[in-house]
Amino acid sequence: MVEVNSVSKLYGLKAVVDDVSVNIQKGKITSFIGPNGAGKSTLLSIISRLISADTGEVLIDGQKINETKSRDLAQKIAILKQSNQLSLRLSIRDLVAFGRFPYSQGKLTKEDHKHIEEAIRYMELEDLQNNYLDQLSGGQRQRAFIAMTLAQDTEYILLDEPLNNLDMKHSVQIMKVLRRLADELGKTVLIVIHDINFASVYSDYIVALKDGKIEAQGTVNEIITSLTLKQIYGMDMSIQEINNQKICVYFS
Amino acid sequence: MREKSKLLFLLCLAVAVVAGYMFIELGPNWDYALPRRAEKIAVMVLTGTVIAVATVLFQTVTNNRILTPSIIGLDSLYMLVQTALVFFLGSTSLTVMNKQLNFGLSLVFMVAFALVLYKTLFRREVQNIYFLLLLGLIFGTFFGSLTSFMQVMIDPNEFQIIQDRMFASFNNVQTEVLVASSIVAAAIFLYLIKFINYLDVLSLGKETAINLGVDYDYTVKRLLVIVAVLISVATALVGPITFLGLLVVNVAYEMFRTFKHSILLPASALVSVIALAGGQILVEHVFSFSTQLSVIINFVGGVYFIYLLVKENRA
Repeated sequence: MVEVNSVSKLYGLKAVVDDVSVNIQKGKITSFIGPNGAGKSTLLSIISRLISADTGEVLIDGQKINETKSRDLAQKIAILKQSNQLSLRLSIRDLVAFGRFPYSQGKLTKEDHKHIEEAIRYMELEDLQNNYLDQLSGGQRQRAFIAMTLAQDTEYILLDEPLNNLDMKHSVQIMKVLRRLADELGKTVLIVIHDINFASVYSDYIVALKDGKIEAQGTVNEIITSLTLKQIYGMDMSIQEINNQKICVYFS
Repeated sequence: MREKSKLLFLLCLAVAVVAGYMFIELGPNWDYALPRRAEKIAVMVLTGTVIAVATVLFQTVTNNRILTPSIIGLDSLYMLVQTALVFFLGSTSLTVMNKQLNFGLSLVFMVAFALVLYKTLFRREVQNIYFLLLLGLIFGTFFGSLTSFMQVMIDPNEFQIIQDRMFASFNNVQTEVLVASSIVAAAIFLYLIKFINYLDVLSLGKETAINLGVDYDYTVKRLLVIVAVLISVATALVGPITFLGLLVVNVAYEMFRTFKHSILLPASALVSVIALAGGQILVEHVFSFSTQLSVIINFVGGVYFIYLLVKENRA
């Protein structure tokens, strides 16, 4: 379980994350939603030790992250940030192989190759695996980076806007992969996501942030209501039930 | 495997150029010339390797392929130390003073500066490698201004002695510090082995490196100190020569098109040795000492970069 205990992060005088406490359930998909600048990405970065919190603490399976060795954490928790511009000449396979670094420290074993193959297959990148990153479309590159995160084979997978740059087909594909990771392999997935319909259809829990504070948290059914969404986004949405799934219509 | 054979080719070429430097027009007094040439070529091999490795490390840490360590003002600091010695102690200090002591002094200053620079950055709220570069750039300019200020104040005769130190040259290398700097460089390379596995990951950027379990602050701080020591070794031996690194490292990148430091580091070092020894052969035998090696390298480097630009434009 990931426990976030009254974490705050200040930039100057502005609290980007303001006294946030939240527990993330194991084996489920939890989506972080909220308006731009709500502190979702910052919170995800704090949980994954990319940036340090000013106050409060984060515990992963009962261990404080700032007291755990970075290499051990890297075998437990993986994060993928939104912007992944690389100037390196790297093939997809090379990139995915980097996901095994926490285990092999650069010298790949048979076990590592197995995980790399698996991750590439999961993201349907077999045909492209020897292509270089600079020859790929934005969506393909995004999938390659997610494959690297999968190869890291961590219990917790954190993705910061994984659907950026992706068309509907690949967005659905990635959300289905995440679903399988949670349902079949029991992984815990945390995502920051802007499209609330993707959050509604594919996640188990939703945490809504606004101005650095938690505005609401709960199951999909608890959060995806006209009233709660109005509180979060400050706009009216009608919620339609289509095929037993709650779809928000926010085009006015 | 293609990488291995290319590396082997570079190695052969390097050996050939080094042998060429040793034996071309050796003349009848070989028992006099050979040891002197050997000493010079040792300096070139050491300087070339050290500069190439320092540049690769620096570019990996900054994730930028057009930077050289000179941007954080390390060579300017070296010039400042040399000038200050003459300014306060007189020109005899440079010639009379124990060369090892001078070398040690420059080394201490440059490493201390790298550490202070990093500490300043570390205390800041937003840790950003570009902030470090900017800070270094400003310090470099500041050191440069202080240096010129002192240079215009001192006796013109004394200035000439400093001037010798201002330009990289292999015609009057500081062979007295060869042993000391070889030991320092060897020790630093041994220390670097500890970090060699992290380099590939670091080139993916800070966030990915942390995600993959690299202790980023710890590693980058030590790599910067390694760079500072390597640059001081090269500068103490032949003078400010960091421009060479930019050229040779990019040639190595172009030749190998890889991210693997296990290939890049030796490749850059070999290209660097070839450039230095080959260039010095030209200086001594074609131009008969009428020009400096740094001029030739700058010229060839400039032409090469224009070629790269034109090629990239077309692609």
